Amino acid sequence: MTPSPGTVEEAQQPVPTPPAGAATNAGGLGDRHRLRRAKSATSLTPISGLGLGIALIWFSLLVLIPLTAVLVQASAAGWSAYWDALSSPQTLAALRLTIGTAVLVTAVNVVMGTAIAWVLVRDQFRGKRLLEVVIDIPFALPTIVAGLVLLSLYGASSPLGVNWANTRVAVFLAFLFVTLPFIVRTVQPVLLELEHEVEEAAASLGASRLTTFRLVILPSLAPAITSGAALSFCRAISEYGSLVLLSGNLPYSTEVASVRIMSSIEGDKLTEAAAVASILLVVALIVIVVLDVISRRVARYA
Amino acid sequence: MHDTAAHRVTRWALRLIVIGYLLFLVIWPVALVAAKTFSNGLAPVIDALRQPEVIFAFQLTLSAAFWAVVINTIFGVGISLLLVRYTFPGRRALNAMVDLPLSVSPVVVGLALVLVYSGRTGWLGQSLEQAGLQVIYAPPGIIMATAFVSLPLVIRELVPVLHEIGTEQEQAARSLGASGLQTFVRITLPAIKWGLIYGVVLSLARSLGEFGAVKIVSGGVAMRTQTATLLVEERYQQFGVVNSITAYTAAFILALIAVIALIIITSLRPRRETSQ
Repeated sequence: MTPSPGTVEEAQQPVPTPPAGAATNAGGLGDRHRLRRAKSATSLTPISGLGLGIALIWFSLLVLIPLTAVLVQASAAGWSAYWDALSSPQTLAALRLTIGTAVLVTAVNVVMGTAIAWVLVRDQFRGKRLLEVVIDIPFALPTIVAGLVLLSLYGASSPLGVNWANTRVAVFLAFLFVTLPFIVRTVQPVLLELEHEVEEAAASLGASRLTTFRLVILPSLAPAITSGAALSFCRAISEYGSLVLLSGNLPYSTEVASVRIMSSIEGDKLTEAAAVASILLVVALIVIVVLDVISRRVARYA
Repeated sequence: MHDTAAHRVTRWALRLIVIGYLLFLVIWPVALVAAKTFSNGLAPVIDALRQPEVIFAFQLTLSAAFWAVVINTIFGVGISLLLVRYTFPGRRALNAMVDLPLSVSPVVVGLALVLVYSGRTGWLGQSLEQAGLQVIYAPPGIIMATAFVSLPLVIRELVPVLHEIGTEQEQAARSLGASGLQTFVRITLPAIKWGLIYGVVLSLARSLGEFGAVKIVSGGVAMRTQTATLLVEERYQQFGVVNSITAYTAAFILALIAVIALIIITSLRPRRETSQ
């Protein structure tokens, strides 16, 4: 195997990539090999053209047309109706809680995710392999089960003696749980690739460990942390399943954006639902563009 | 580097913080669910699994996940080959777009599908209904919602592998007279085998656990459109020990499947590497 920048990263990564984390890894920085135009790529033959046609029709029917329908439905009744739907106090409260908690959770993830990735890569101890599986559990676990799981430690019958069910702490915990793997899994492969020589050089020139970390390691991790943070934020604002049993979905208190959309759908207020959904959709699109820009920039320096 | 006492303290502190964090966020809560499921012994769990609603929900979940994975596998292999091996206008846009389903809220997915495929008001749903195909509140809708949320997983696995293996062998096969299909089955498929299996296991795990999108498109009627995750929600919210044990049992089985999928993936990854 000839090591190209992309293959080294793939090959050196001894850990399983988690369900969406597979996307995280490949989507964050591994993207460079997807985007690097294969030298041997050819133009379409009649058969591959037909395949592309069929694939595009299915993709449109499943993804593009339905998502367009959300935007059309949101704008169907005009700008003032759109604005009214978004500026109702209950919706505003939900959006504020969702975005505020997502920012907070992403900040925690930036610190803890980097720390976890560091320990997984640089530290050696028994049971480390078990931690690898534990990191992936939030991805693989169905979200409704995630809610039940958190409820058992932080709910009414908590062995810790706390009861955070139906509070904003529950929203925070649920977001924290479902976003756990993102930054860990984007930072980990980059940390594995990092050359020890550079750190040793910095140390031999008299830099303290903290200085080395701040000036040598952190800049190399920054793109990975950023893309992990973007994915983590995006995942948090779109979370629904784990909150259903855990947060009580109390208006003005613990109701998040996706729960608000759900209750609008159940009340047959599709335009209102689509208006809030359009906000989430736009954020998702922005995140995809940001990730594309980051992976492009990383590919340029690689 | 010199391992001074201060560094050792930092390392231990970091290790303890990380293990403590994971203990409180993941390990302990997950263990508690397992403990609660079997808190009254094995008999109530087996009784719960004998309920027709539970059997139906798991059958529906399995069949919807099966079809979603079949669709995503065929689509994923095709799209990956097209993205890696061919050039065409809009290739980069498509490359970015196939990731979209991972970033969209499941509730938005459900809403989007209802807006297009609802038999009452949907853009396409009305004509489909007249043609006798009900999508929303029926299994086709459940399959579509499931396929939507797990769509990029196979592609995500295959694209890097296809880049890595290159085209030399495929070109050699073609120049020796192999047809496109023969080349794919004899050369490409064995080379991408582990990536494909990995992607399929991921999709299956994701498909079995989908909740939000399925809740909207299925309506969640017991014995008709209620999947396993919807059953967990319904039973947990009902009163009584039997309902509660049923919710925990279904949740435990879903969690067990998820952990088994993770273990399979963990053991596949190194094999995939040595196979190259």
